[in-house]
Amino acid sequence: MLVQFFQRTHYSLLLLGKSKEAEIKRINKELANIRSKFKGDKALDGYSKKKYVCKLLFIFLLGHDIDFGHMEAVNLLSSNRYTEKQIGYLFISVLVNSNSELIRLINNAIKNDLASRNPTFMGLALHCIASVGSREMAEAFAGEIPKVLVAGDTMDSVKQSAALCLLRLYRTSPDLVPMGDWTSRVVHLLNDQHLGVVTAATSLITTLAQKNPEEFKTSVSLAVSRLSRIVTSASTDLQDYTYYFVPAPWLSVKLLRLLQCYPPPEDPAVRGRLTECLETILNKAQEPPKSKKVQHSNAKNAVLFEAISLIIHHDSEPNLLVRACNQLGQFLQHRETNLRYLALESMCTLASSEFSHEAVKTHIETVINALKTERDVSVRQRAVDLLYAMCDRSNAPQIVAEMLSYLETADYSIREEIVLKVAILAEKYAVDYTWYVDTILNLIRIAGDYVSEEVWYRVIQIVINRDDVQGYAAKTVFEALQAPACHENLVKVGGYILGEFGNLIAGDPRSSPLIQFNLLHSKFHLCSVPTRALLLSTYIKFVNLFPEVKPTIQDVLRSDSQLRNADVELQQRAVEYLRLSTVASTDILATVLEEMPPFPERESSILAKLKKKKGPSTVTDLEDTKRERSVDVNGGPEPAPASTSAMSTPSPSADLLGLGAAPPAPAGPPPSSGGGGLLVDVFSDSASVVAPLAPGSEDNFARFVCKNNGVLFENQLLQIGLKSEFRQNLGRMFIFYGNKTSTQFLNFTPTLICSDELQPNLNLQTKPVDPTVEGGAQVQQVVNIECVSDFTEAPVLNIQFRYGGTFQNVSVQLPITLNKFFQPTEMASQDFFQRWKQLSNPQQEVQNIFKAKHPMDTEVTKAKIIGFGSALLEEVDPNPANFVGAGIIHTKTTQIGCLLRLEPNLQAQMYRLTLRTSKEAVSQRLCELLSAQF
Amino acid sequence: MEHIRFILIQNRAGKTRLAKWYMQFDDDEKQKLIEEVHAVVTVRDAKHTNFVEVISVADSLSVLQFRNFKIIYRRYAGLYFCICVDVNDNNLAYLEAIHNFVEVLNEYFHNVCELDLVFNFYKVYTVVDEMFLAGEIRETSQTKVLKQLLMLQSLE
Repeated sequence: MLVQFFQRTHYSLLLLGKSKEAEIKRINKELANIRSKFKGDKALDGYSKKKYVCKLLFIFLLGHDIDFGHMEAVNLLSSNRYTEKQIGYLFISVLVNSNSELIRLINNAIKNDLASRNPTFMGLALHCIASVGSREMAEAFAGEIPKVLVAGDTMDSVKQSAALCLLRLYRTSPDLVPMGDWTSRVVHLLNDQHLGVVTAATSLITTLAQKNPEEFKTSVSLAVSRLSRIVTSASTDLQDYTYYFVPAPWLSVKLLRLLQCYPPPEDPAVRGRLTECLETILNKAQEPPKSKKVQHSNAKNAVLFEAISLIIHHDSEPNLLVRACNQLGQFLQHRETNLRYLALESMCTLASSEFSHEAVKTHIETVINALKTERDVSVRQRAVDLLYAMCDRSNAPQIVAEMLSYLETADYSIREEIVLKVAILAEKYAVDYTWYVDTILNLIRIAGDYVSEEVWYRVIQIVINRDDVQGYAAKTVFEALQAPACHENLVKVGGYILGEFGNLIAGDPRSSPLIQFNLLHSKFHLCSVPTRALLLSTYIKFVNLFPEVKPTIQDVLRSDSQLRNADVELQQRAVEYLRLSTVASTDILATVLEEMPPFPERESSILAKLKKKKGPSTVTDLEDTKRERSVDVNGGPEPAPASTSAMSTPSPSADLLGLGAAPPAPAGPPPSSGGGGLLVDVFSDSASVVAPLAPGSEDNFARFVCKNNGVLFENQLLQIGLKSEFRQNLGRMFIFYGNKTSTQFLNFTPTLICSDELQPNLNLQTKPVDPTVEGGAQVQQVVNIECVSDFTEAPVLNIQFRYGGTFQNVSVQLPITLNKFFQPTEMASQDFFQRWKQLSNPQQEVQNIFKAKHPMDTEVTKAKIIGFGSALLEEVDPNPANFVGAGIIHTKTTQIGCLLRLEPNLQAQMYRLTLRTSKEAVSQRLCELLSAQF
Repeated sequence: MEHIRFILIQNRAGKTRLAKWYMQFDDDEKQKLIEEVHAVVTVRDAKHTNFVEVISVADSLSVLQFRNFKIIYRRYAGLYFCICVDVNDNNLAYLEAIHNFVEVLNEYFHNVCELDLVFNFYKVYTVVDEMFLAGEIRETSQTKVLKQLLMLQSLE
């Protein structure tokens, strides 16, 4: 057994780690020795140089810093001995340094090795490029490698390396890999005799096909016929590519993945052949195993699962879908945990196909059993996912009940997600809303700590919007509150619902107004400040609903513990409510405190939260799109599907501001529509007003136009740092919030706001951050960015938090600008001016003449144009003092070619900037952005 | 664009015996990932799957949270062989790729042990590059890989 081979203990290995100090001492001695050898007068021979570079690498890999030896490693590259060259390349790959001088030398050595016609040296050079994959290397070799790849006399092993090397360069710098004649020859590598070449080429073709499906369409029929030859071969046919009796499993998986880049083949012959392959793979799963070894079954099932993925991807052959489902059903009870896990996972996607949904449902008992018995939490998690995916009106009561009972013992790590799922299912499939209310109250009872604000806001929204359930809800919360210890979230829901609908049960002497009030107030002292604030609002609502308890409530409001409460918010509420109850007439009270109007219906905030938690791709919207189109809980039209913009929590205050994305709803009840000025002040505890932009924000914003990292905002309390990267139409921004004080920030809520105009053009996705930021701590938030179409405005980042007793509110513009989606384009002078002329329509050109704000330095200007994102084209403009650039703005919908020309006038200290693009708004915006840089 | 993000070999104490990165990470990120992988992998036993999704793991993996990733791992005595791939990648194919790799190491070093990986690290990198390149599976035939390795050894 292989396992044993690693088991032999080695004394010397133990010694190495024996004492940290001893190790460091020995290593420092060794480093000093090597340094002296490198610096010595005597030139080292190749062997010694290799020996010492190798030692340095060893020391580095033990975890120590190395700051010398790079030059010696580069020298080794030009050796003619394999071992010396290999150590040199390894050092470069592991300790790559972007020192520009060395890069030039390294590239030179690589160039020589690529031209050497020595397959070993070519291999080393290609592996080095594939490991480093830097832009400089792409610039130097992206044109050369396709030639190596398709040349007739290239050795097979070199072809394998060249294919994957090119793939790496295409991933890092797609703009630098020129498409051309070679692409069609690469596709034909799928026919190559050498299966290793096919294996490498398939990866390359798959990646290229994802980006250029049209150009690589011919790969479909070639991949199908290759796959067909593999799956029908006898287990010995492929010799060394047969792994534990399975013919070429990895290549089969890759070919099946390549086919997932395309819809089902149109050509009936190809399609028929593919269906045959898939059937053969499914048939083989039923045959008795050729070996008992797990390697055999793993390799066989790797192919099977990939085939099932393709079947699901095509979603067009009901017969195959149902067979796949039955096969997975067998795996659900397999003794291998891996297979049970993968079957649950794969079935989850099958559940969303209309052809196999019913077949998946037949496995409900097995899945519920998995939830109860699996030892690995990740398997139970998959079971929860699958139950969620297979849920429909017919089995919702059973699934919700099972999830609730699992919740009692569920792992902490997945409780919140289960709570969200139960809440969504309960809402979605509620026929009887009493069931819905019971379910949510159960949720709070069982897992109150994991019931997020979204969930209890939602139950309140639904109760308010449906008058048939209001009386039942009031009765149920009243009963639930009888428990001696109930979760604070229940107090919130109870307080809110009784404040609105307590009158519906007040006729029963067992729940008279005074009893309701006493019940709520008995919980008051155990609750946190936001809940107390909410209860105070309930009390003032009681004053309106039940005049008979007004004196009792006034006494409470008047007590020192309220009127002189140390918390400003509570004190203010007590003072204002008391005053309101004293001075306002019954009519005014009734108007100010009238019942909440129905909430406007939008996407469920809970669903939005689940999507945020799991990423949009993992929450299937099939239910919304296919089966459940007619379902709507609240009697209003269903919201538009899945707006992916950030923070779309439907707080009722959002629309008041006319902002597309809203901050989370405040902790207290939302302002009543008839509220008037007084109450608005009371309720605007937090989050309903966005601060104007912070001073200096514009300047900071401009500094980020040509760079991606730095400090965006800083005041005495808070520092906001940014780190971002963009590729094509996608980007990712890390926002770092640093608490500069030694005191906690509470209710820390950053919100991204896109105006109505911006929202359709720019998608921002993020997750909420922890609401508490400790003194001196830094929290990080990741924003995923997608540019859908060109845009002008920038999103606003609003941050609200409590510091000490004060409420802080800061807004800054987030520097996500159109030029971030630039990809530079190199072109020759002739091409440039030809395109320039093509864009001569007056709407396509925007020009700006402006005074220089900064010293006119050629190098700085060049750096800014490159930082802006366009290529800087040398020797294009006849006047060498001018700067010329070109690039493509990538958006999801289109790509826009952009040309620019900057003409400095040193005497006048002026610039003239001209932008030409095919779209006026783009020319305009880019010109604005770039003009502000000089 | 699915591909391997990194390959890690660690021992039970968390010492790295091989790290091959197929994506740009800075040194701090690498260190965090190494620690994180060790923390999530070593607590699992034979009843667990060989797959760990890193979605729910602490912030330090946030460099990877742009999209979700998973670790496919296999334990051989005191060593954990881990491959980090995209959540959509084929689990079993990578699980067996690990085993295929281990069998090659075993053949090449004649009953491989942890010490071979430490002191012959430069050979291990060569084996890795023969079998995985640019984050993709390059060659799966043990015969072909070993033949090439012996040829290279003869040049030493």
